[in-house]
Amino acid sequence: MLTSGAREKVEKLIACHPKKEAALLRVLHIVQQDQGYLSPETIASVADLMGMPAIKLYEVATFYTLYNKKPVGKYLIQVCANLSCSLMGADNLIRYLKDRLGVQVGETTPDNKFTLVTVQCLGSCGTAPMMQINDQYYEKLDEARIEQILASL
Amino acid sequence: MEKLLTKNIHLPDSHKIETYRATGGYKALAKALGEYSPEDIIDIVKRSGLRGRGGAGFPAGVKWSFMPKGTERPKYLICNADEGEPGTFKDRVILEKDPHQLLEGIIIASYAIGAQQAYLYIRGEFNLAIQRCEAAIREAYEHNFLGQNIMGKYYSLDILLPIGAGAYICGEETSLMESIEGKKGWPRIRPPFPANRGLFGCPTTINNVETLANVPHIIERGVEWYTSIGTDKNHGPKLYCVSGPVKRPGVYELPMGTPLPEIIFDHAGGLFEGRQLKGVIPGGSSTPILRPDEIQVNMDFDSLAKAGTMLGSAGIIVLDHTMCIVRSTLILANFYHHESCGQCTPCREGTGWLENILHHIEEGHGRPGDTDLLIEICDNIMGNAICPLGDAAAMAIGPAVKKYRDEFDYHLTNKQCLPETRK
Ligand SMILES: Cc1cc2nc3c(=O)[nH]c(=O)nc-3n(C[C@H](O)[C@H](O)[C@H](O)COP(=O)(O)O)c2cc1C
Ligand code: SF4
Ligand code: FES
Repeated sequence: MLTSGAREKVEKLIACHPKKEAALLRVLHIVQQDQGYLSPETIASVADLMGMPAIKLYEVATFYTLYNKKPVGKYLIQVCANLSCSLMGADNLIRYLKDRLGVQVGETTPDNKFTLVTVQCLGSCGTAPMMQINDQYYEKLDEARIEQILASL
Repeated sequence: MEKLLTKNIHLPDSHKIETYRATGGYKALAKALGEYSPEDIIDIVKRSGLRGRGGAGFPAGVKWSFMPKGTERPKYLICNADEGEPGTFKDRVILEKDPHQLLEGIIIASYAIGAQQAYLYIRGEFNLAIQRCEAAIREAYEHNFLGQNIMGKYYSLDILLPIGAGAYICGEETSLMESIEGKKGWPRIRPPFPANRGLFGCPTTINNVETLANVPHIIERGVEWYTSIGTDKNHGPKLYCVSGPVKRPGVYELPMGTPLPEIIFDHAGGLFEGRQLKGVIPGGSSTPILRPDEIQVNMDFDSLAKAGTMLGSAGIIVLDHTMCIVRSTLILANFYHHESCGQCTPCREGTGWLENILHHIEEGHGRPGDTDLLIEICDNIMGNAICPLGDAAAMAIGPAVKKYRDEFDYHLTNKQCLPETRK
């Protein structure tokens, strides 16, 4: 079930869109922020709110990579592995994070604190290598900086 | 050159409306609404020669003139802020640091094409940009630069802010429209073109962030001034992104047509000590790579086309001698395969085969004939897909294989990377 705060945000968003479908991607972002991921039950309840068939929402939820279809850790670490970041040593950082967290790419630590994934270019190539943790960009990374960041979480 | 697009970005609170107005912001809008008809604006932008900064370089004024007149149907303007082309990070600077410059461009463009509603579509990962643009839109409403009867004139406009969700393909214009409509981002077959049937089946113009950010400057200072910047048929300021192992990577605002070596060696400071130039991808990951002996070229649409590549999004990626060319090509093949929407077979299957073959070569399991096979697959994708993503993949990979064939062959024979690129 959505929290009442999220539900209110969703209703407000739908109301300010002349075409409610145009609000869908944002609605799913809000719901994901509220619930952590988009479960079938969550999708069904959003479909009701939107007055749209659930299958349309599934189609969208599965097409776009930012929607989590299964639970992720409290901190979702997304390391850019595209070309500019690779030129600046992204592969070493990924190796370091794997060792440091004791997980493979795509896995979550047993305490559900961290999920490590690699992503495509995040539009931050001039400050490579970089990663995003939840909503925040972290740029010009090296191992010392990663330690600092992990300690600050 | 005097800075235009980036003139405010180093000011404190550059994203706020007070800062923007204190430096002359929204004067162009007052001029546009007060002195010019929509037709006048289209004419000015046409004569300015402003070409789209999203990749294709299509003249913006000409695009606007395709919008049907005297129709009852609603018309839309879309600003494409999906910036996802690897190596590109220029629109983000405008979105985060000077969103009002963009809004002013959006409002003037919407007035010119007769749109009452505009959509600013920002990629979902750009959280700061989203916050800044949302706040800027609010400020613009409060100051009556948006909403009913803008600045007391008989023109009204609303802006909505849809947000993407991690699909590169949604930067393609028709895919982006599907995405705004709350669907998966499958590009549409053209014709019909967006000017006739775009968003929600209505006439739509779509432009890149940087394209629209140029518009207030053109209106404020005129065609003659604007066309004095840059080279023949390639006018105005340009944001160049430089990434890779250079001393000062970043976004540089320079006249259109600035020589590529000047950007890399003067502005970006050249490569790190001890690194040798191996190649340059001049306009974002989709543009054919240039070998070191090919980089004497001006960075504008026509010069780069003549050099067999493209200005694209002006994302200059510098590759040095420590990067294995098979690996860099594999990274891009992985990207295009991952981002292919899967709608058409040559792109969906072809990008997968490219990735697989490159992966095998990189792992030392390549087979004789693989280089020719890669080139053949690229040739078969080229021109055979619904949207340009397929072509983009072919252009990112085919020329790299052809131009660095020696290194591919070394890999096939020796089952490993060149010594200087081994990690
Ligand atoms: C796969 C693909 C991705 C694209 N991504 C973007 C993008 O992120 N931003 C952008 O402005 N244009 C992008 N484009 C180009 C758009 O389709 C469109 O041509 C552009 O937004 C038009 O604006 P302009 O005329 O002002 O350049 C992309 C095209 C393709 C084929
Ligand atoms: S070319 Fe690729 S991305 Fe474009 S429509 Fe076809 S499958 Fe989709
Ligand atoms: S390649 Fe990593 S942010 Fe662009």
